[in-house]
Formats: sequence, C-alpha cells, structure tokens
Amino acid sequence: MSISLNGVGLIHANGQVALSAIDLRVRPGERVAIIGPSGAGKTSLLRLLATSLRPSAGQLDLLGQQPWQLGARQRQQLRARIGLIHQAPPLPPRQRVVTAVLAGKLGQWSLGKSLLNLLHPLDMHGAQATLSRLDLAEKLFERCDQLSGGQLQRVGIARVLYQAAELILADEPVSAMDPVLAGHTLSVLNQEAAARGITLLASLHAVELALAHFPRIIGLREGRIVFDLPPEAISTGALDALYANEQLQPLPASPAAAPVTIQIPRC
Amino acid sequence: MLNPALRDPAALPRLVLGLLALLLLWPGLNLSELNLAVLADDENAGNMGRFLADFWPLAHDDEFLPLLGRATLETLAIATAGMALALLIAVPGALLASRALSLSAAHRGGRPAWWAQALRWPVRGLLIVLRSVPEIVWALLFVRAVGLGPTAGVLAIAITYSGMLGKVYAEIFESVDPRPSRALLVAGSPRLAAFAYGVLPNAAAEMLSYTVYRWECAIRTSVVMGFVGAGGLGQQIDLSMRMFAGGEVASMLLTFLALVLLADQLSRLLRARLL
Repeated sequence: MSISLNGVGLIHANGQVALSAIDLRVRPGERVAIIGPSGAGKTSLLRLLATSLRPSAGQLDLLGQQPWQLGARQRQQLRARIGLIHQAPPLPPRQRVVTAVLAGKLGQWSLGKSLLNLLHPLDMHGAQATLSRLDLAEKLFERCDQLSGGQLQRVGIARVLYQAAELILADEPVSAMDPVLAGHTLSVLNQEAAARGITLLASLHAVELALAHFPRIIGLREGRIVFDLPPEAISTGALDALYANEQLQPLPASPAAAPVTIQIPRC
Repeated sequence: MLNPALRDPAALPRLVLGLLALLLLWPGLNLSELNLAVLADDENAGNMGRFLADFWPLAHDDEFLPLLGRATLETLAIATAGMALALLIAVPGALLASRALSLSAAHRGGRPAWWAQALRWPVRGLLIVLRSVPEIVWALLFVRAVGLGPTAGVLAIAITYSGMLGKVYAEIFESVDPRPSRALLVAGSPRLAAFAYGVLPNAAAEMLSYTVYRWECAIRTSVVMGFVGAGGLGQQIDLSMRMFAGGEVASMLLTFLALVLLADQLSRLLRARLL
C-alpha cells in the first residue's frame, strides 16, 4: 500500500478543523485526482501526506512506514522518497532554474555534493532533459524571478520529476497555465507515474482535466471524502452537490464575462 | 451627518510620548554635564584654532609617507584578519542560534518545539557574552597579555565582532522567506543543504552588505585601539598628536577618510553585482 489513512483528522493551530475521519487507501502505481470546492481541505490533505503537517488523529502510513513514529533521520529518508509539487513553488527569486531543479535531489545527495553543486551545477544535462519534457529547456540558466507564474509551476514540477520520488503529490500543479499547456503537463506527470509505476495524487480546480486524465477521482468537501469513484461513474448531480454553495447569491449575468486571470505570486 | 467635533484619536498619545521623551532627555543632558559654552571660551577656542591651523600643510615628506603607508596597511590587515577570525565563530554560531533551520518548525507552521528552542539559548548566550564587552576593553586586556602590537587588535576585533555578526546573521536568516527552506526540509534535504539552497540566496545580499559595513567599523575600531597600543594608524595618530604634528594628523585623517570611502564603494559594487 502506497498510502493508507485510517480515521485521520487534522485540526489547525487556530482550532479550525481541516480534515475529519479520512479513510483512504492508494495502491502503488495508482493515479488519483482530488477535486472539491475552495477550502475543502485539498491542500491540507496533500500537505499531510507530504509530512509537512502532522495529523491530530488517526493513523497515517506512507510507503509502508509510519512517518510520525520514526526518528528524525529516518523521517528525512522517507521524505526524500516523497515529492510535493506546490501550487506556488517556493523558489528563491535569485536562484537559477538549473539550481532549483537539481535541488530535488538534496535528500539523496551527500552534503559535500550538494554544496559543490551550488558552485557548479553537476548534472546540467539531467536538469535540461527534465525541463525539456515540460517545454522549458531554454530557461535552464534564467533566474527564477524572470519567469512567469506558469513557467515557475513547471520548474517546481521539474524539480519533483528530477527528485524521482516514489510518491508524487501535486497541489494544483497547473493552475497558472493555459488549457493546452495544462493538459500537456498533466500528461507528462501521468506518463512519468505510469512509466515508473509510482503513485500520483493531484488536486485540481478544473474538473474536466481531472476527469480526462485520472482513472480515480476523490471528491472532498468540508474536510470529508464525499465520493471516491472512477470518472465514468460520476454523475453531474454528484458534481453539483460537491460544489454547491449556499452562501453565494446568483449575480445577474454580466454582458461580457471578464477572462479569469489567476494570480500566483512569483517565486 | 458629519460630526463637527471631530478629533484625531492619535493626538493625545503623540503629545504624551513627546513630553515623555523631553522628560527623559533632560536628566540625560544634566548627567552628561554637557556645556556647550566651553567651546566659545577664548582660551579653549585659541588652543583648538592653533592645533587646527597646524593641519595645513599636510605632511608628505619622504620620511613620513612610508610610515603612513605601513600604518595604513597594518590597519587594513588588523581589520581584515579580525573579521576573518570573527566569521569563523559567527557563521556556525548563527546557524546554531537561528530558528530558520529548525526541523521541528517545518511541520509546525514555523514554531520549533520547546526543547529545540531551549537548545538555542546557550548559543545565543555565548554570542551575547562575546559582544557585551567592548573591543577596547579586550584590546587593553590583550595588550597586557601578548604585548604591544597588532595581535591584540586582531584578537579584540575577532571576539567582539563574532558576537555581533553571529546575532545579526541569525536574525537575517530568520527574516527571509522561510518557505523555500521548509519545502526542501520536507523533501528530505539535510539542514545545511536546505540552508544553502533555501535561505542563502535570499540572505546573501543583506549578509554581504552588513559584513562589509562591519569591516568598515573594524577599520575605525582598529584606529581607536591603536591609541591603547594595538598598532596601525591609531598608534601613529597618537604619536603625532603627542608631538603636536598637526600636518601628520591631518594626512592620516585623510587616509582614514579614503579607507572608509573605499569600504563604501566596495559595498556598493558587491551589492550591485549580487542584486
């Protein structure tokens, strides 16, 4: 079992309940999309699986180990096998793309190799090959603050691909990309998962992308799993219920709908 | 409807703070026995005037210039060697004292566990002890221990400045965006690597500019310490003042100005390259 959650709950430091009674099993090689309205707990669930948050209740198993029963050193070794793709990749603005990508292997490299790599990139070809899969090879030596939001997201993805993680968690990985690029990027992630037989979990805002690319869809709402189905078994009614919002009053339709622009902070 | 008796709610606190500042400053002036009238006193003004008049022409004879060059080099060497030794203590100290590299903070929203925080206190204490004794006191101490000369100055700068640099570095590490290093820690990276890839790119420019500024301060300090016998330009200025050689003092002050200018330009150049 790649991921196994038993009655996992998460309460944030401010007392807000983010997740409650989550039961989830994901086998190695499975590809799962998580959908749900804003504030449903998608990011919290992924950060919990990336061990960047500790569950307040229940049992969490990742790649056959219980991260919070391990010592710090073993936990770091487990973390090196898990890759989290952030919605807004936290990259230092002045860092070069090549360094940001190669940093994926920091958990596997010795300290000496990591520091040497900072002075002179040791695997430029590896970084370039990874970036070229995401159509970003020509940005190899640019600085992160010179990239657009969508390009930065792809640098974040390239870092996790280069990490060669056994479990890839992606938090809105394509939210700043145009539809064509978003589709291509999700295909790359899925290909990687299929080719290496690794597990992929991605949260997505765009329901149609989730349905098109993933064989298993989990609907999350108010910190609970509402459904866990293959895409062909999901009805329009189920989606409407998942995204239903009683607090929003319907507005009169504006004559020309303004194009939706997604702002993500640079670096 | 507008309220005719509109009042600024900040007016009263500002007035109170202003009065409080005056109330605190007045005893300070009294205690320090500041009396500007002595400057206007005829005899004092005459003494100062004669001393200042000696400043021109600047001393530039063949005997003095090599002496000045040697003293300048010695001052630069004291400041640089002192800073290098200080960095040897300051960098590890800052890494140990800073919260930025806490593994437990990575999954606790930035707050380290209490025991991790408790372990940082002895290091902070050491940095406080190092910088709480002024460098001039260390210099007097070391002049007695190792004798007159630059060694005492180097050691004094190394000790005091390691405390200052360590404290400020630790604060710089904590003030930059913590998300890059946290993301790396959660991806299994060891702490020093997470520091080098996550914190250093954001902190380097500020660290560099503070370090060059401290180097400039070290040059100034080494001059002051020269007066107690720790070598360099200070010792020369002290000698020239005793001999009432105003021209020599003026030449050395000019050299001094040039050194500070040099440090300033160096800092600008490095920052422009890095930013």
